[in-house]
Amino acid sequence: MSVAVKIPTALRAATGGESEVSVEGATVSEVLDALFEAFGELRARISDEDGALRRFVNVYVAGEDIRFLQGLDTPVADGSAVTILPAVAGG
Amino acid sequence: MAAEKLKCKECGNEYPLEALYVCERCFGPLEVAYDHSRLDDVAALRRRIQAGSEDVWRYADFLPLSGPPPGAGNPEIPLAGVPAGWTPLVRAERLGERLGLHDVWVKNDAANPTHSFKDRVVAVASGRARELGFEALACASTGNLAGAVAAQAAAIGLPSYVFVPADLEEQKILGTGVYGTNLIEVRGNYDDVNRLCTELSADRDWAFVNINMRPYYAEGSKTVAFEIAEQLGWELPDRVIVPIASGSLFTKIAGGFEEWLSLGLIEGNLPTMNGAQATGCAPVANAFAAGKDFCQPVKPDTIAKSLAIGNPADGPYALDLARRSGGAIDAVTDDQVREGIALLAQTTGIFTETAGGVTTAVLAQLATRGDIDPDERVVLVITGDGLKTLDAVRGSFAARQIDATVDSFEECIAGAPLVAQAVA
Repeated sequence: MSVAVKIPTALRAATGGESEVSVEGATVSEVLDALFEAFGELRARISDEDGALRRFVNVYVAGEDIRFLQGLDTPVADGSAVTILPAVAGG
Repeated sequence: MAAEKLKCKECGNEYPLEALYVCERCFGPLEVAYDHSRLDDVAALRRRIQAGSEDVWRYADFLPLSGPPPGAGNPEIPLAGVPAGWTPLVRAERLGERLGLHDVWVKNDAANPTHSFKDRVVAVASGRARELGFEALACASTGNLAGAVAAQAAAIGLPSYVFVPADLEEQKILGTGVYGTNLIEVRGNYDDVNRLCTELSADRDWAFVNINMRPYYAEGSKTVAFEIAEQLGWELPDRVIVPIASGSLFTKIAGGFEEWLSLGLIEGNLPTMNGAQATGCAPVANAFAAGKDFCQPVKPDTIAKSLAIGNPADGPYALDLARRSGGAIDAVTDDQVREGIALLAQTTGIFTETAGGVTTAVLAQLATRGDIDPDERVVLVITGDGLKTLDAVRGSFAARQIDATVDSFEECIAGAPLVAQAVA
């Protein structure tokens, strides 16, 4: 299943400047693993030592924060978009 | 000016003072770091501050511009823009009396030009944006920031793009659109707006004041702390009560006190810091109560829309601050918010928006709980004007209608006597 992952500006150095990357995976966890497989540098930037997301990383599936879904186990439908963004304070 | 670099709050990685806001290494937020080594003459520094302009730029030594403040004295950015800050600190004897407290003060930031504290952060962010050569301002807003950005852009002659949740209070929509901005209503809540703007900021050459300008923007909030200390005669209060949306204002007020403490401009200890949220959007208060050091996001449902951030990015820092200062983060219901608005209005003459109702209600809750010593000096930070959220008071009182005759008046008051004393 092909999923488009949107890469934030701060991480594009690790993807050779790509703002969107296509990978395979049926859950957020699988999608991220595939992403780390393709771009090894991303793992340490997004995940902590235990494999959990760092606390200032927000991940969205079709625009919804995965913390309102099933976290890293959230299913990702074929053709849907996964967005990685930094948390930004100040409203 | 002494701003030296941007530094990651999580891992300490350093960056130049540009339009950057997130650490490439660990995704942590970037913050401005200063070199204050030349500020060693405290008496001279105090005199310079006291002789300064009556706005946020009197604290220019602690703000992140590389040149002088915007205005006629600065050929690079000659338009001063909206004058922000230097708002009244008011002694609130009658509010204190009502709550059994002897030394309560209100920092009335509704007295800013667009009627909320956001004029401070926008002054700083837009100043730095102009230094960096940006030619448009933008923001994601829960309402107050929208008006502040639109007004500032009008005053300094830049186009602006303001993104708000579509269900915002009408007063805030009207009070923003009037400045001639591009007003975009997003179908979603603030967290959706924030996500969208974070995506948009990557590919547009706009200064999103609270996204790519965020490190500079956040510094503006420190001026609330500086003013409180200066207005109290270079002394610290014992306790400060601050509303929490993203947690940025709360943490930066403490940061301002700590910066001055470290320089010896003021003496004593960091005040006890109390955060205030509405129960309909209380991710930080919930985490505080549960003893956690991170926030589980929520879907906001409260009349306090200016605090309706379900995914507060500075939540972890707000939790840490409340704990290490001996404070707490409380939540109050929408009914308490309405009561808080009325309590403040009827004891101080200050009409605040719903966020100030949250803050006042938390003060009342802490006092009732016995958490505040009656002799403590407490400062309540009121961030916005009641005219922005009129629905919160609609139906809370009745006026009497009469003919323009003495008989009609006498008849009216015979049925229901007038109240001849103030409330409380």
